[in-house]
Amino acid sequence: MIVGETPPPSGAFGVDAIAMTMRFGDFLALDNVALKVRPGSFHALLGENGAGKSTLVKCIMGYYHATEGDILVGGREQAIGNPKDAHALGLGMVYQHFTLVPAMTVAENLVLARDDVPAMVNWSREMKDLEAFLARMPFKVPLSAKVSDISAGERQKCEILKQLYLKRRFLILDEPTSVLTPAEADEVLGMLRDMVVKGELTILMITHKFREVMAFADDVTILRRGKLAGAGKVSELTPDAMARTMIGAEELTVQPPRTGEAGKARLELAKMRALDDAGAIAVHDVSLTVRAGEIVGIAGVSGNGQRQLVEVLAGQREAESGEIRVAGAPYHASREEMRRHNMSLLPEEPLKNACVGGMSVADNIAFREFDRAPFASLGWWLNRGAFRVDARKKIAQYKIKTRTPDTPISALSGGNVQRAVLARELGGGVEVLIAANPCFGLDFAAVARIHAEIMAARNRGAAVLLVSEDLDELLELSDRLVVMFHGEFVYEARTSEADLTVVGRHMAGH
Amino acid sequence: MADGSIGLWTVPLAVLGGAIRVSTPFLFVSLGECITERSGRINLGLEGTLVMGAMSAYGISYLTGSPWLGVLAAGITGALLGALHAGICSLPRVNDIAVGIALMLFGTGLAFYLGKPLIEPTAPRLPAIDFGWWSDIPQVRAALRVNVLFLIGVALAPILYWAFRTTRWGLLIRTAGESSDAARAMGHSVLLIRLRATMVGGFLAGIGGSFLSLFYPGSWNEGLSSGQGITAVALVIFARWDPLLCLWASLAFGGAAALGPALQSVGVTSGYHLFNAAPYILTLAIMIITCSPKRTLTGAPAELSITR
Repeated sequence: MIVGETPPPSGAFGVDAIAMTMRFGDFLALDNVALKVRPGSFHALLGENGAGKSTLVKCIMGYYHATEGDILVGGREQAIGNPKDAHALGLGMVYQHFTLVPAMTVAENLVLARDDVPAMVNWSREMKDLEAFLARMPFKVPLSAKVSDISAGERQKCEILKQLYLKRRFLILDEPTSVLTPAEADEVLGMLRDMVVKGELTILMITHKFREVMAFADDVTILRRGKLAGAGKVSELTPDAMARTMIGAEELTVQPPRTGEAGKARLELAKMRALDDAGAIAVHDVSLTVRAGEIVGIAGVSGNGQRQLVEVLAGQREAESGEIRVAGAPYHASREEMRRHNMSLLPEEPLKNACVGGMSVADNIAFREFDRAPFASLGWWLNRGAFRVDARKKIAQYKIKTRTPDTPISALSGGNVQRAVLARELGGGVEVLIAANPCFGLDFAAVARIHAEIMAARNRGAAVLLVSEDLDELLELSDRLVVMFHGEFVYEARTSEADLTVVGRHMAGH
Repeated sequence: MADGSIGLWTVPLAVLGGAIRVSTPFLFVSLGECITERSGRINLGLEGTLVMGAMSAYGISYLTGSPWLGVLAAGITGALLGALHAGICSLPRVNDIAVGIALMLFGTGLAFYLGKPLIEPTAPRLPAIDFGWWSDIPQVRAALRVNVLFLIGVALAPILYWAFRTTRWGLLIRTAGESSDAARAMGHSVLLIRLRATMVGGFLAGIGGSFLSLFYPGSWNEGLSSGQGITAVALVIFARWDPLLCLWASLAFGGAAALGPALQSVGVTSGYHLFNAAPYILTLAIMIITCSPKRTLTGAPAELSITR
């Protein structure tokens, strides 16, 4: 064992993970993986969902204890028993979900994160210290604002500032740009890159965006199904090569080409207004028409009213005012109307918004039709056999990985839950499809499948409203693009003519 | 006025006096519950804690001859009941509301059982400070006889308000109540924070109980609390988890509770029981006015089982 130097008292240091193996019961999450992050480098960790990226960094941060393997910090072997040990060594992590307390101010969140919060906080002195700290930092955040009142981009900056405030010099970022506009992402990553170049910081970033890897990272490590699939200098790799390493030999569903022209107006919103849970206006008198055979994409940073908009269309929230028409008739999101108009919904977080977790896969697949023949006689006597027959057919057709049709749907992985919802929603004829972040957190194969299904529905003449935080997805699928900001539609363009910088500017509200 | 009668002025005076006297248990229980709920847990068992506090305070005061030892004993009893609640809720898949209801029944039942021998004897009471010395009118003097516990409670409200903002413990309690993920990510034990917050909440509720048996009404019997503990828990929701608003809400409830007896004293006897129901009518009215199915409660700690 070569024992090198301890992490220097200031400046960047490197981290090596050697022969990491992690078992959860029978499941091998990491299989002899090596990761070498050079001091003062920007390192990207690529891989699909379930490839073991999170497991690997959680082993480094002390949340998990690897079954086998060693962690070297600054060249010296360290036993990291828990996150506090990692923090003491100068390691910090920015999580994908925010760890800020929404009801507290930015300043309170920063002070609270310290290990040595004084028993009595002298706020006037702390504020002075914080302002002095911020003056040295590349980005600014409003110290006295409540976290719940600032934008997602500012929250992400806050998370990163928190780590710097805590004097962490090795930062692990878990998908840091998923809530940022492209411009914000470039700003944040660019500033972090500057700190790396100055030798103040080492960064290990988990991501799936090749654009960011190419633009900001020095080195890349690629994992596939718990194994090291590849590693190297970014300058010597292409996005295609990285994608192939990530996916392996798996066949992806081929997306059908865009065919046919848009027809008559199918889904119309007129001055629709909706409130959020706090009673503030979340959707501000928006009007929109989606025609048959057309995909309209709604872009925007999350939290700009998209969720409330979809909830109204799904019947989960009452509109405050305005009108919704489907095929010319007023629409109030009743079950009867949804059936009459062949409406399909792919809401975000399908397990929460489109399923009953404790009920079986077969029951969940039958939700739309369960009280009709052949599933029920006279509208109330349910024929359980018919549920299973139909479910078996759809499970095979949509390749849903479940042990039996009677397994509770909450036992399925995210991708398979989404497939089950797809089977239910797209199994019959579709005339109006509303999808919200349908591919969030899914792997390439599942994403390709869902994209193909959405495009096929459009080609068959469905009116599709696609709400997504993933701009690439919208650019790929939609015919028209609308940007939502602060509850309003602030920009609209044909996707083929949309200018990415203009779209990004509107997403940020400029 | 020659006979010392002040006519209809009796009513507002009695309501004021009542607000001060009756509000004290509301104040202590609601401040205690405020701490517990800000940490992300609801303790409905405070009704039981209140009654146990009243019983133990009376018992200890009778045995030792010191009402202040009785108050301390009530606090300790309350803290232990709080620890019991928090301990059970620390187990996986345990619902805090169900545990609270069980502890409410357990606390009152245990107090009635242990308190049987205390119904007869008379225990030393808590002293009061006479703020009405300047007046000749007996009603004014009666209204302004203020108990020390009330003053402590009044001081406690702004102290808590300040402590939630500027002390480490205040910030930690709020973190645990707003985002247990965030608290865990910082390396704190959410269960430990909630255990302590529930114990402090129980301590204060126990003291609230000691006021019932040692000052007003000032004896031990089984009908002593009649749901004041539960009302105080509802009051915390009405006060939007703010200790200062808890103080005002307690005063309002105390005043409403004094309305019935005050009207009776000036001869309005019809509808006596209806006026006695004033605090409960007030609870319902406030809840209907301030709650809406379309909004979540503002200020509600995000980790509470009722808001999640």
